[in-house]
Amino acid sequence: MKTLILTALLGIVSMLSEIFGFRKYLWTILVLGLTGVFCVNLSELNYAIQYFPNMIVFDHYAGVFAGLILLMTLIWFFISKDQYDSNEFNQADHYSLIMFAVTGSIVLVSFTHLAMLFLGIEILSIPMFILAGSRKNELSSNEASLKYFIMGAFATGILLFGIALLYGATGTFNIHEIALIASGNSESVSVLFYTGVFMVMIGLAFKVSAVPFHFWTPDVYQGAPLVITAFMATIVKTAAFAAFYRLFNTSFISLLPQWESTLSVLIIFTILTGNILAVYQSSVKRMLAYSGIAQAGYMLMTILLSTYESQNALILYTSSYALSTLCAFAVLHYVIKIKGSDTFEAFTGLGKSHPLLAVIMVISMLSLAGIPPTVGFFAKFYLFSAVLQQGYLALVIIAVLGSLVSVYYYFKVIISMYSGESETDSVQLTVINKAILVLIGCLIILLGVTPGLFIDVLKSLT
Amino acid sequence: METSILIFLPLVAGLISFLLPDNRAKQFAFAASLAEFAYSLVLLLKFNPQDTLAYATSVPWVKSMGISFSVGMDGISILLVLLTTFLIPLIILSSFRKTFANSNYFYGLILIMQAALVGVFVARDAFLFYVFWELALIPIYFIALIWGGENRKKITFKFFVYTLAGSLLMLLAIIYLYLQTPNGSFDIQHFYAIGSSLSSTDQALVFFAFFLAFAIKMPIFPFHTWQPDTYTVTPVQGTMLLSGIMLKMGIYGVIRWILPLVPKAAQTYGTLVIVLSVIGIIYASVIAIKQKDFKRLIAYVSIAHVGLIAAGIFTMGEESLQGGIIQMLSHGINVVGLFFIIDVLFDRTKTLELTSLGGIRNVAPFFTVAFIILLFSSIALPFTGGFPGEFLLFVGIFQYNPWIAAVAGVSIILGAVYMLSSFQKIMLGETNQLTSGFADLFTSEKLVLIPIIILIFWMGIYPDTFLEISEPAVKALIKGTGTSLSLK
Repeated sequence: MKTLILTALLGIVSMLSEIFGFRKYLWTILVLGLTGVFCVNLSELNYAIQYFPNMIVFDHYAGVFAGLILLMTLIWFFISKDQYDSNEFNQADHYSLIMFAVTGSIVLVSFTHLAMLFLGIEILSIPMFILAGSRKNELSSNEASLKYFIMGAFATGILLFGIALLYGATGTFNIHEIALIASGNSESVSVLFYTGVFMVMIGLAFKVSAVPFHFWTPDVYQGAPLVITAFMATIVKTAAFAAFYRLFNTSFISLLPQWESTLSVLIIFTILTGNILAVYQSSVKRMLAYSGIAQAGYMLMTILLSTYESQNALILYTSSYALSTLCAFAVLHYVIKIKGSDTFEAFTGLGKSHPLLAVIMVISMLSLAGIPPTVGFFAKFYLFSAVLQQGYLALVIIAVLGSLVSVYYYFKVIISMYSGESETDSVQLTVINKAILVLIGCLIILLGVTPGLFIDVLKSLT
Repeated sequence: METSILIFLPLVAGLISFLLPDNRAKQFAFAASLAEFAYSLVLLLKFNPQDTLAYATSVPWVKSMGISFSVGMDGISILLVLLTTFLIPLIILSSFRKTFANSNYFYGLILIMQAALVGVFVARDAFLFYVFWELALIPIYFIALIWGGENRKKITFKFFVYTLAGSLLMLLAIIYLYLQTPNGSFDIQHFYAIGSSLSSTDQALVFFAFFLAFAIKMPIFPFHTWQPDTYTVTPVQGTMLLSGIMLKMGIYGVIRWILPLVPKAAQTYGTLVIVLSVIGIIYASVIAIKQKDFKRLIAYVSIAHVGLIAAGIFTMGEESLQGGIIQMLSHGINVVGLFFIIDVLFDRTKTLELTSLGGIRNVAPFFTVAFIILLFSSIALPFTGGFPGEFLLFVGIFQYNPWIAAVAGVSIILGAVYMLSSFQKIMLGETNQLTSGFADLFTSEKLVLIPIIILIFWMGIYPDTFLEISEPAVKALIKGTGTSLSLK
């Protein structure tokens, strides 16, 4: 709970910075503040406390995801610093919007009341709509914002409709009470209830950009400023998955046979479409958008599982995905700065002109493709064994084929980096930039080499 | 503990090499690999062949999943580890007359590759095995991609995807077996117990999942299409790694992870594999005769030789298994020597076109002698390293099925045809413009070839030194599979 309040406070501080004129120090304040919040969050990990009678609970699930989101935000602050140091954007406004989005994410990982789910999504989405359009003079940024807003509003509408139907069928907004009614007596579960479940599923599938509700993703990712895209692809997606999993795994798991096949079809299409369309992209940013869709397919598999392992699998996979994607976006950010373009050609010769950037990008791509010794491999391995344990052999085979296809587009980046010559002059990165890149790179390898630490910590929490 | 040092020494050395200045890496890598060889030699001398598992370590790695860092060596493992540690210094030495751009990365990758290769040969935990298996692929991919020749992007990518596809299926099989173990363990002994108790359909599925991964790596016909191109395009040190050591991973995989794991399926589908291998032997030999490029020719020869080893191993007899193991060693040593000969040829003449060479014998006597010894060993002349292995393999295959042995035997004749005719084209005849200035071997080059030649004769004249080490392990393996077969 302190986490939530403190993050919201940091957002307000950012707004005040403009009025009281301490904008210069805002970045430092926020980074220190986030570090503080992260520590506070760690101290709260071991309890499960309900707040606002049954609206929000801070259990270890919420704590782990909140910690993950805070950590990602911290890294994001380091990556995006130079973007906001140039006066292109209004720093204070942007930072406050980001902090409110983070607040929304924390609500999303900790709700136990459907109204809080809705509020969380709104608190998260509205800043993102604005941020996506923050390059006011660029047509594509405006397009991204508008598309995101219309699609997002539409999805939220469906979600809200679903919540209303669930309330109509059960008479409660609390996810645990809904779970009781759903598991109690299958005859008491009405058509209204099922319709509600499917509408909620569609609403959330929009948010995690699962096929066939993914059409907004590539355009929005491409149109939005790069740092905002990085934020959407990692932090927003993590929060959306945490919410999706919490709701379905708590409330509807007893009705799994009813929605199992629908979700399976969704997963299969998400994995195949995401991977296959990513192959045809010429822009790395757009490729990462499709890769995000494909990866969403893998993460969705956890929702099918009722075992305890599935929760760890989701946490591990989202961490690995978010870390690797953030890393890829960080490198892409510098490449755009050097070359002024985000196509695969822009990466040509990077291995010679900027060896560090290239090595970090290789680590990130290997992790996304799921190749040892990176964390991406262990996450995939853990996920696949959890899914296989429940007997979804066909799903796992499709997922494996999907990741084989994914090697093509991830390696396209690697191949262009290590072939040809770069024509542009090399740009020196600052020490902080280098340090943060090396840190993420090491983290990806370290978690891949000692996944036991991570898993055992997660297990010890319960 | 000892085995872990064998893995981590080159790994750490490789990482250090990344940080070294460009001009120091070569000497450093050579020193590190020599130290590794010396250490492994000490371990071999202290090794007692009767030990089923020597120098073992087992540390929990991911406790909650039953994954442990479990390594150890038996007679089979230690021979292959020795092969690796013996060849890596030679491979590094063979590059001494060359300068690679960013050579610190080049040698760093070779050393990391060595760590992964040793890891594959000593892993006693399926998860660990898989990690090393995949890890071995990454350095060689980058060696080929960064320092490779023409058209390398497509070829290396094909190589990577091909081998990864096989491995992913193996990963699925490993997860499947893991889920069957009662307490959730990746330990090799638990895997053996579970694997041989599976129903025959399940055994078949597991068999094919593993087999595909290994067959692509070796490669066995018809999974070989990545190999000639990759061998041709990779810098010669990479080719040596691929052919000398990496393909042994596939054969070792069969011995360690197929035969004792799913003995029944291995027996049932063994015939299929043997037939495929024999087709591969003949097919590759015929294509080799037709090759105009010498490096490509040796690539096909390698397919033929590996085909024979694979066929022999799947007969599951003691002679052929022993033959397979010693043939792995001799093939590894031999093929590295041959690729080095190719490197020297290319270095001096800038071509490997058989028809444009000729007459080198007249100007480079030492080179000629070295080449002819390697060539004789390659066609398995008695008293050379190729002979005992090939002989034992044929004995084993003959006991299994004389007809198959007869067909495979044609390869001996074909082998003589392509090797002798290429020798004739390169070395004999009139010295032409290209070859007239051919300098004989330099000291550093002699240093590469002399140890290889010594070993070739050692293996040919007294193969018992090597056979004795692996014999108890092979007997134990046959006994293990035999018991589970007779129980059915």
